[in-house]
Amino acid sequence: MIKSRATKIGDWIIVAICCVLIFICLVPLLNVLARSLSSTEYLIRNEVLLWPKGFNLDAYTTVLKDAKYTHSLVFTAWLTVGCTVLSMIMTIMCAFPLIYDNLRGRAFLNGFVLFTMYFSAGTIPHYLLLKNLGMLDTVWVLIVPNCLSVFNVIIMRSFFYGIPDSLREAAEIDGAGPIRTLVQIYLPLSTSVMATLALFYAVGRWNGFSDALLYIKNRQDLYPIQLLLYNILQNTSSIEIGTQEGFFDPGVGETMKMATVMFATVPILLVYPWLQRYFVTGVTIGAVKG
Amino acid sequence: MKKAPVINETLKPRKLSWGNYLRRYGTLYLLLLLPVVFFVVFRYMPMAYILGAFKQNNIIKPPWEVAWAKKNGFEWFIKAFKNRDFIYALRNTITLNLLDLVIGFPAPIILALLLNELTLQRFKRITQTIVYLPHFLSWIIISGLALRLLAPTDGLLNILLTRAGGEAIPFLNKPNWWVGTYVALGVWKEAGWNTIIYLAALTGISPELYEAAAVDGAGRFRRMWHVTLPGLRPTIITLLIMNLGRILGSEFDRPYALSNKLVTSVSNTISIFVYQNGIKGSQFSLTTAVGLFQSVIGVFFLLGANKIAKQFGERGVW
Repeated sequence: MIKSRATKIGDWIIVAICCVLIFICLVPLLNVLARSLSSTEYLIRNEVLLWPKGFNLDAYTTVLKDAKYTHSLVFTAWLTVGCTVLSMIMTIMCAFPLIYDNLRGRAFLNGFVLFTMYFSAGTIPHYLLLKNLGMLDTVWVLIVPNCLSVFNVIIMRSFFYGIPDSLREAAEIDGAGPIRTLVQIYLPLSTSVMATLALFYAVGRWNGFSDALLYIKNRQDLYPIQLLLYNILQNTSSIEIGTQEGFFDPGVGETMKMATVMFATVPILLVYPWLQRYFVTGVTIGAVKG
Repeated sequence: MKKAPVINETLKPRKLSWGNYLRRYGTLYLLLLLPVVFFVVFRYMPMAYILGAFKQNNIIKPPWEVAWAKKNGFEWFIKAFKNRDFIYALRNTITLNLLDLVIGFPAPIILALLLNELTLQRFKRITQTIVYLPHFLSWIIISGLALRLLAPTDGLLNILLTRAGGEAIPFLNKPNWWVGTYVALGVWKEAGWNTIIYLAALTGISPELYEAAAVDGAGRFRRMWHVTLPGLRPTIITLLIMNLGRILGSEFDRPYALSNKLVTSVSNTISIFVYQNGIKGSQFSLTTAVGLFQSVIGVFFLLGANKIAKQFGERGVW
């Protein structure tokens, strides 16, 4: 198709709009990054916009020297890895049997699983149960209660459905049991959806906040990074509101706060772009079947 | 020797006796064991505590050992609706969700139409990567970014505003502005991500339709209106149903992280009410009742929206 001049101009206008949108997506991060790398004197004079002035890494070294931050970062990293592995195993174990047409009780099991997606007991019943199980203030409360997401099970199941039944039947005829069929045929064909779900679980745990707020009360060593970050932000932001509680030096507190935000953000930024191709398919499957 | 009966069995799987069935497929139940235990313990057992909504408040004993609440057990539901804080929380939840629906719902559709018009594939991919980014940030991180960017005196936006001769805007410290900021940040976080589904639906539209429209002299906007949007219709309806179903649903992280003392009149949602009165205030019965009300209404909205969609001749969620 030969493009008319009007179409070409239109194309460029759209490119320009997209550039503006890209800018809007990045500005908050650039601003915070610039401030975390700037020296206090320029911050106080409001001279730092998107580029650091008086470049220094003091905020980052201070954060890294503080055991509270490093502990929380390392703890959250391990927690994320552990939760992701457990969640993936559970998701596969839940999704795979449900694709067998001849699984007896399949309709019931499907309903049993799906019901929990539409009706939840609510915050307080969950809290009371975990309290009675003695799980509050333990590391398990951050791992187990959310280790399986119905939504992700549906995505996994739909993907398994997409693998031709004939492959499974051929394997069965060759004498392979369900476990062998799963490990040798289904999983090798499912790397893309597994990458997607692992990303979802990992991001969910890394970004998880409310479970820690509700269930971790007296154990500061179990604070995930988001809870720690929230506490830091609330402390210093009270200065912003003008309640004048501040015994913080606004400059130092400020850059440290920004550095902590960057520490909580960067791991995600490093991972997600590489998985873009995969999660696009994952989301699409979930939307079609969800 | 072993193979012959196996073939027979796979040809007629329905005729297996339970013994043979379990020998062949028992491992499937073994795989399901842990997930089922998980759902029973962490999803169904909490439902027993819903009983607490109809019982007297007791912070030590489980609800089944406690006497029934007054007014035939409905004391806490009545109290909730007489509680001014709850009414405000209910109002705020509905207001914020409706604004999200009106403003946040169309945003990814418009963005997807825009991305769809990009002809440079490389630029399109980079744009997508960047607009997906905010989805991966937690509300805590976003609140950190927003507090900085929108700070009243030294936030980037207000520095620019005052330099341009305008007045600084209290984005997060005045109720009305806070509501706007809340909705805008929601769009900022999710609009890009939500385009994925629409863009996937767009690939299903036949290029011939576009060519035919172009031959008929349809310009860019007419093609969008007459080809692209109708192609998206089923997706839009399905997502609209799911969003309507969540109209009384209440996120926690988002209002909690963005809120501050100056805007509680508009920022306290049901989830925050439950947290403050339940977890912090130990009013378990009252807040369980509130949670139950919310869950039941949520289910009704979902069923209702689904039914309406089907009457309009759409596929619905089920």
